[in-house]
Amino acid sequence: MANELSVDVRKRHAGGPEITAALRLPLGMHSVMVLFGPSGAGKTTVLRLIAGLDTPDSGSIRCGDEVWYDGARATSRINMAPQHRRVGYLSQDYALFPHLTVRGNVAYGAHGWAVDGLLARFGLSELADRHPRQLSGGQLQRVALARALAAHPRLLLLDEPLSALDAPTRLRMRGDLRQLLAGVQMPAIVVTHDRTEALALGDSIAIMIDGKLRQAGAVESVFDCPVDADVAAAVGVETICPARVVWRSAGLVTVEIAHARLVAVDIGDPSTDVFACIRAESVTIERNPSGNPTSARNHLPARIVSVIPEGPLARVTLDCGFRLNAIVTRQSEEEMRLREGELVTAVVKATSIRIVPRG
Amino acid sequence: MEWQALYLSLRLSFWTTLILLAIGLPAAHWLTFSRRRWKFLVEAVVALPLVLPPTVLGFYILLAIGPHSPVGRLYAALTGGMLPFSFQGLLVASVLYSLPFAVQPFASGFAAVDRKLIEASWCLGISRAATFFRVIVPLSIPSIVTGMILSFAHTLGEFGVVLMVGGNLAGITRTVSISIYDDVQALDYRAAMHTSLLLLGISFLVLAATYGLRRRVWAVWPPYGE
Repeated sequence: MANELSVDVRKRHAGGPEITAALRLPLGMHSVMVLFGPSGAGKTTVLRLIAGLDTPDSGSIRCGDEVWYDGARATSRINMAPQHRRVGYLSQDYALFPHLTVRGNVAYGAHGWAVDGLLARFGLSELADRHPRQLSGGQLQRVALARALAAHPRLLLLDEPLSALDAPTRLRMRGDLRQLLAGVQMPAIVVTHDRTEALALGDSIAIMIDGKLRQAGAVESVFDCPVDADVAAAVGVETICPARVVWRSAGLVTVEIAHARLVAVDIGDPSTDVFACIRAESVTIERNPSGNPTSARNHLPARIVSVIPEGPLARVTLDCGFRLNAIVTRQSEEEMRLREGELVTAVVKATSIRIVPRG
Repeated sequence: MEWQALYLSLRLSFWTTLILLAIGLPAAHWLTFSRRRWKFLVEAVVALPLVLPPTVLGFYILLAIGPHSPVGRLYAALTGGMLPFSFQGLLVASVLYSLPFAVQPFASGFAAVDRKLIEASWCLGISRAATFFRVIVPLSIPSIVTGMILSFAHTLGEFGVVLMVGGNLAGITRTVSISIYDDVQALDYRAAMHTSLLLLGISFLVLAATYGLRRRVWAVWPPYGE
């Protein structure tokens, strides 16, 4: 049997949507899988099913050569207790024991680990005699991680590990957490609904929407090549427009959106009803068409609908017959004096437009 | 004043509380965490002494532990004695009579323990039983103390059940509340007043302590974030 965690489960909570998930995670090496999706997509449920805190309705969960759950035979269903699965499960608010000190918490389930060594490694030696209520959010998280590792897990499950922290701490802990996970050399599944967290923490990613696992793969490939419009929206593609294919040739496809025509790279799907997905950062705005030939295939006359500053950047909404979102630096915005109602040209490379089938 | 009766009442309350601690903790754990459909029936049975007249309860207990009942015969075979009109019989009756006063506070304490803490313990490889003693009980101390105090106080003041099961034997089954009744019957109002006042004082102190605990005046461990 392959040394991997393989999950293929179905679960319906009373009154909720059915949750189905099939995923694989290699064991015995450090790799972080991010379970990503909007709130209420069923991510936490999947984590709880793996940990054994909830029971699937059907399916199977295997870890290496152990069967954790097998619902194939109704009479002799296998369902291993969470105590025997050896997963390090971190719930959203860390769930530290309030009646125990930091040392007491870390030592709680310790198995052959020197607790003092673990405290030192996580920078907790000074805090060993404090109670959880005396710690900051970032410290609580380190205690929870140390406590989980002390029990010698073979897999870490982290549910929204950064959501309980305030914004500045969250930013700092994002990097720290990545290092800590890499430092312990343990496979981990991290649930998050935050794109930047997903990018910062994950080696691979699985996208969950409405209880279904929709796409899984390397983080970059999923973010760059979403398989459908829902996934594209989940990974934050700003412009997703229904379009119709009017022309296909030589690996390129021409689609029509309203009255505008766009050239994109053909992904080989035969549908004519498609969505065109365009990230805001791959749209360039030009003031005066220079007439010089450029490598970009698409030059669209556009009217500026709105300009909204966002820190060092500005989000520009264009009307090219359809709504197109662009993002530029504040500097370019000021130099070009982009104002509402003005006419400009939107430039998009064919390779920056992702065509996905509709329906 | 009947010091003998007071001593007997205190002894009865002490042992009743101790036995209720031993029975009540597992019972409350089962009532809190079991997912059996017929759990509500057990809950109703445990709560029965709250609404049943003590005479009714006492009558059934008397029948149940009488010399011709299975329990009575077993007890006689084991010890050679009889349960009715003995201290041991009184103890059995008191335990049953005060059961809800121990189990209900215990159960409400257990139910208030954050489920995530219990699950965290399971995921750390700690068995359900060990989790009960290492997480649930320590976090329910105020509720457990409340339940013990209430059991103690309730046993101290019981009258009807004691009269039915134990009768009125000085030094064996004559508790303080029965001695007050005796004093009044004998028109010894002075003795009755002294004993009553003492019982009133003890009861008030016990309840004040309980409500103090409830308000978390003496919270053993303040919750997170305070």
